[in-house]
Amino acid sequence: MNTNLLILPIIMPLITAIVLLFFWFRPNRQKYISLVGHILSVLVAIPIFLEAMKGTILTMAVGNWAAPFGIVYVCDAFSGALVLLTSLVGLAVGIYSNAAIQSKRASYGYFPLVHFLLMGLYGSFLAGDIFNLYVWFEVIIIASFVLITLGGEKAQLEGAVKYVTMNLLASVIFLTGIAVLYGILGTLNLADLSLKVSESPHRALINATAILFLVGFGIKSAIFPLYFWLPDSYHTPPTPISAIFGGLLTKVGVYALIRIFSLLFIGDPFIRDLLSWIAVLTMISGAFGAIVSYNLRKIFSYLIVSHIGFMIAGLALFSPIAIAGAAYYMMHDIIAKTNLFLVGGTIYKIKGQLHIDRVKGLFSQYPYLSIVFALAMFSVVGTPPLSGFWPKIMLLKGSFAMDNMWIIVGILLATFLTLWAMVRIWSKSFWSTEANEEKTTGRYQEMTTSQRRLLIGPILFLLAISLFLGFGAGYVSQMCSLIADQLMDSDTYVNAVLGITNLPEIQN
Amino acid sequence: MNSIILKTASRYLLPLLLLFSIFTLLRGHYLPGGGFVGGLIASIAFVLYAFANTLQDTKKLLKIHPGFLMPAGLLLSFVAGLLPLVVGKPFMTGLWFAEKVPVVGSIGSALFFDIGVYLVVIGASLTIIFTITESNQ
Repeated sequence: MNTNLLILPIIMPLITAIVLLFFWFRPNRQKYISLVGHILSVLVAIPIFLEAMKGTILTMAVGNWAAPFGIVYVCDAFSGALVLLTSLVGLAVGIYSNAAIQSKRASYGYFPLVHFLLMGLYGSFLAGDIFNLYVWFEVIIIASFVLITLGGEKAQLEGAVKYVTMNLLASVIFLTGIAVLYGILGTLNLADLSLKVSESPHRALINATAILFLVGFGIKSAIFPLYFWLPDSYHTPPTPISAIFGGLLTKVGVYALIRIFSLLFIGDPFIRDLLSWIAVLTMISGAFGAIVSYNLRKIFSYLIVSHIGFMIAGLALFSPIAIAGAAYYMMHDIIAKTNLFLVGGTIYKIKGQLHIDRVKGLFSQYPYLSIVFALAMFSVVGTPPLSGFWPKIMLLKGSFAMDNMWIIVGILLATFLTLWAMVRIWSKSFWSTEANEEKTTGRYQEMTTSQRRLLIGPILFLLAISLFLGFGAGYVSQMCSLIADQLMDSDTYVNAVLGITNLPEIQN
Repeated sequence: MNSIILKTASRYLLPLLLLFSIFTLLRGHYLPGGGFVGGLIASIAFVLYAFANTLQDTKKLLKIHPGFLMPAGLLLSFVAGLLPLVVGKPFMTGLWFAEKVPVVGSIGSALFFDIGVYLVVIGASLTIIFTITESNQ
């Protein structure tokens, strides 16, 4: 189905950012405009999501240049779900920033940049052209470079150097992959590529490009052994920024990996073996990293790495239930990880500390808040019936069906270690009592009630979505099996994109 | 820099370079040129003026903060992209008037998109250069 609706999620953040730039010298007004922009983004994402969930693949040819010659935007169920989740996370983080971003950072353009970043995210989820995908990646990383350095603290700059270097390297590798692929097949449209890859006689070259894409996306999504930059940089910027980074940026890498590999390279047994080893090692090494760290946000960063492995495992298994599990896990992870970082930021606001040995007695001081935090933390672990539970069951089921013992071991071990990390935080920071002489406080105590609500509100909002993902498992798993069916069967995608033109066969 | 030759020359070069930048901008649809190059030439004109005279003089000449050219240009390009939606065509479709205008040539939404790029480039490059110059003083 051809519709102009698809451009709206990209237009909304762009127009918001333009209006925000006009208000460059008035950071206080920017807060309200930014919030309106976030709400509008959610409103345009909903009809797209609903349309995509009917099983139709929406397409749009920009500039009226038909595929495969022009740039197309494509939205299947997977993209639709991610667009909606991105807009919801954007809204939550937007509300949180109103209380958490100091006006100094706001005056350096925090709000417009967040909208540019979101525009890049929507663009990548909707792109149906591999070079266009690259361009949206660039939009994301340029916005994120500025966001990660904004404020210019020493630790931030140190983290930013690692982040910038690795991401530039990833972009170069990704671009090289595109160039080689274009050299072999002569097209950039994903649907067209999918047709031509299967017919191409150059298997070795195509596998080589697959590895280039794997490394390029792998750096971005932080898979083993390319993840080391992530725990070193994600904990340095202010909370709302690291929440967006932690919740969404690595997932763009995983999305690209799933999209490109399911369309182009998954048929090859070598690639699937490689992916399953990477998945297992990512899960386990990330989880070990989490249990040896003591900084709250660093623990959370390692957990991001560990849980990326689950999604890669789903891709490696490539059976309907495993892909559905991976998609489900991705939705859960976007919400849960963003929330985790917001929780970490709020703990910092309360205590002025992030070292788990020094943060103490949260439960005795704020019992209700602690329960909210606990729900957010334990949904990451996958304690039933919270949202992480169902996708893990689906992934386990998928790996039993494929007899892939290592992935089963990886999932169980990583889940256990995640539980360990969370229980350690809970027992050290929440349940322990605080000796009087080492009492520490942060800015939370000086905040007004409305400011506190701005901090807690988004956490509750994301928790509600997370609980819905857990308790509404029937609806969500139906959604995920639709996603899996569409991803497994690349013909529907190809037909939806190329069916617009129906080019006549060239007769010799 | 305090050179009377450069000062006098820059006064004549500024309008010439601006004119040349507009020429490059309009030439750009099928031939080398366009909004990006045109914008760079225009900002060179102002930078040269700032070298010869002072930054304050150049700012007075510009009247507005160059930073505001960025959202203005973005808005223009954005509206140019959005216009086809009004007539029911996909985003960014080129719309053209049938008749040519002397000097400018065909007028269409792509021209306004390019003018937007021109403004963004002037805004961005001048903001960067002015900020660096100010932090040196």
